Amino acid sequence: MDLSRLGLAAAALPSGVPARRCPVDAIGLLTACRVTWEQGGQLVALWGCDERDRDRGYALNVVLQDRDGLTLFEHTLPTSESTYPDLSVVFPAANRMQRAAFDLLGIASEAEDQRPWVWQASWPIDHYPLRRDFEASPNWQPGQEEYPFVRVEGDGVHEIPVGPVHAGIIEPGHFRFQIVGEKVLRLEERLGFAHKGIEKRFEAMQAATGHRLAGRVSGDSTVAYAWAYAQALEAIAGVSPPPRAHWLRALALERERIANHLGDLGYLGNNGGFAFGLAQFSCLKEQVLRTNLAAFGHRLAMDFVAPGGVARDVAPESAAAIRDECAMLEREIRILRGIYDEHDGLQDRFRACGVVTPALAAQLGLTGLAGRASGQARDLRCDFPAAPYDMLAVRKVTAEGGDVAARVAARFDEAFESLRLVCAIVDALPDGDTAVPMAEPPAHRKGLGYVEGWRGPVLVALECGPKGTIYRCHPHDPSWSNWPVLEHAVIGNIVPDFPLINKSFNLTYSGHDL
Amino acid sequence: MLQILRQIAKTGTRTEPAPAPDGEMVVVARLQETILKTLGRALTIRQVDAGSCNGCELEIHALGNPYYNIEGLGIRFVASPRHADMLLVTGPVSKHMAIALQRTYDATPDPKLVVAVGDCGCSGGIFGESYASLGRVANVIPVDVEIPGCPPTPTALLQGILAAIGNAAPPPVAAGTATD
Repeated sequence: MDLSRLGLAAAALPSGVPARRCPVDAIGLLTACRVTWEQGGQLVALWGCDERDRDRGYALNVVLQDRDGLTLFEHTLPTSESTYPDLSVVFPAANRMQRAAFDLLGIASEAEDQRPWVWQASWPIDHYPLRRDFEASPNWQPGQEEYPFVRVEGDGVHEIPVGPVHAGIIEPGHFRFQIVGEKVLRLEERLGFAHKGIEKRFEAMQAATGHRLAGRVSGDSTVAYAWAYAQALEAIAGVSPPPRAHWLRALALERERIANHLGDLGYLGNNGGFAFGLAQFSCLKEQVLRTNLAAFGHRLAMDFVAPGGVARDVAPESAAAIRDECAMLEREIRILRGIYDEHDGLQDRFRACGVVTPALAAQLGLTGLAGRASGQARDLRCDFPAAPYDMLAVRKVTAEGGDVAARVAARFDEAFESLRLVCAIVDALPDGDTAVPMAEPPAHRKGLGYVEGWRGPVLVALECGPKGTIYRCHPHDPSWSNWPVLEHAVIGNIVPDFPLINKSFNLTYSGHDL
Repeated sequence: MLQILRQIAKTGTRTEPAPAPDGEMVVVARLQETILKTLGRALTIRQVDAGSCNGCELEIHALGNPYYNIEGLGIRFVASPRHADMLLVTGPVSKHMAIALQRTYDATPDPKLVVAVGDCGCSGGIFGESYASLGRVANVIPVDVEIPGCPPTPTALLQGILAAIGNAAPPPVAAGTATD
């Protein structure tokens, strides 16, 4: 998007992908959103920041993505009474982000929907945790709110509440179904149960150790988050990790993708009534995790990515083991895919189930793996390839079906592509150092990290304070964009298909609730 | 069908022997013999994510894979706390989950065991205690055994669960008592 045609001026923004920042007024922000939308761009993230200590009131930050890269729009709200335009009229996914920004900072949009999103009556409604003068009281007891769900009324319509404690081994969240017979008329999600104050916690940490918290925003994406965080901090500090570190990060990230896809493929088979699939895929996943332990020192490669590089080197014998394992996985997954594809009962469950058409996906901003299964052909590793992906020519996986079957197929295809990448990485792994020392990051320079995790693009926006502290860190999961689409995917399906549809998206609660 | 059977035969049995309960587990409270008597050898677990990052859940899931084969040890994850002997709780306990956790605990029939999982479940971990987090599980409900780790490996989880039910000792009552 040509900002100068809108009368806006942009400056370069330190980031792992092409990025710029642009101060805007309210009209400029709304216009930029509309133009971005018209040109096929997306909303990535929206968050607020209390900058009253620097006499700048509150900052509303909005990151948009178009074919040129990311633009961070910075809109200043002089006081908490100031409001900003409702961006959900352009990007529906903005709705919950705006509500969360109000719950945490007390800055309001002009949207009609002002229901709380993160707030659940466990702190006074007129206290805002991310304000710098916020002080928690030990007297605040966990509360319960009456959330105004939208109800469907009519003959035979009834309601099914599910959660926050689910029947399986799943993260906490609440689903409110409006049902007639078996058919879902409406699903409304109520999230925020896993809110544990991550953003506030960041502000009590040193930037040099923030990657550990970033790596625990959503445990299944620990590599993606730690990398995005490291990328943001390195961009701010002007530090470039050595080539070997880039390649080892990609090795860990692709193995994270493989492990999660294997796990999901097993559970998707299981949810379709095919326990054989779970047994087989969980065996393969376990082998991947054991090899991870030998290679990275941790089954999930937690804390492997660190600012400046990686925390340890991968030994040559581990690299060889990884290569052998790739051949085995490739062979086994091909056999299992053949079995899945030819299993009538399973395909009957997968096909035409939980459909998100490409048109709906584009309208609602479906992103990441689920987006690619609905024709949204975006993958950071191809569109804005950061090292080492610029040397790897990643093949983008897409499907048009938008149903559970398409999301299953996308996982198979991506797993194969990741196996190819892992082999390519191991074969071309450059020698040399695995980390460089980090310089103290300059205060009040913003940076972005943006990494294609297995679920979709993970953003970390970072601003350091004096003496290497963290002034503000906002980790943003693609689940923010995809949770609302799940509500649409379920409409018209039967209740027993919900677990299958939900698993086919497999969104994070913790990464969203923060 | 033939292909499925061939794959099953080729995969073979992957299950490994169960680990011994580890002395390194932090036993918060001594288990009473009466609990053991009531539970017998079968154990049903209700897992509760009280606010974790989902890392612990990944490893709890792994307990079900053929390598650890937790069901082969007579341990089963159940869908309701009313069917459970043990709560396996990950943390930190978010304030928003505190009431749900307490209610889950109350809904679990006595006698019951609570195992806190992960560094966060044991101590609050990296998230600690804050306006939004109550920290360790024991701050909200009584805990019998804590399993540290970030996340604990499936082996550590099995050791902790087995330590909690005192599986090291021979079963104190004959099978069948539990169904009386």
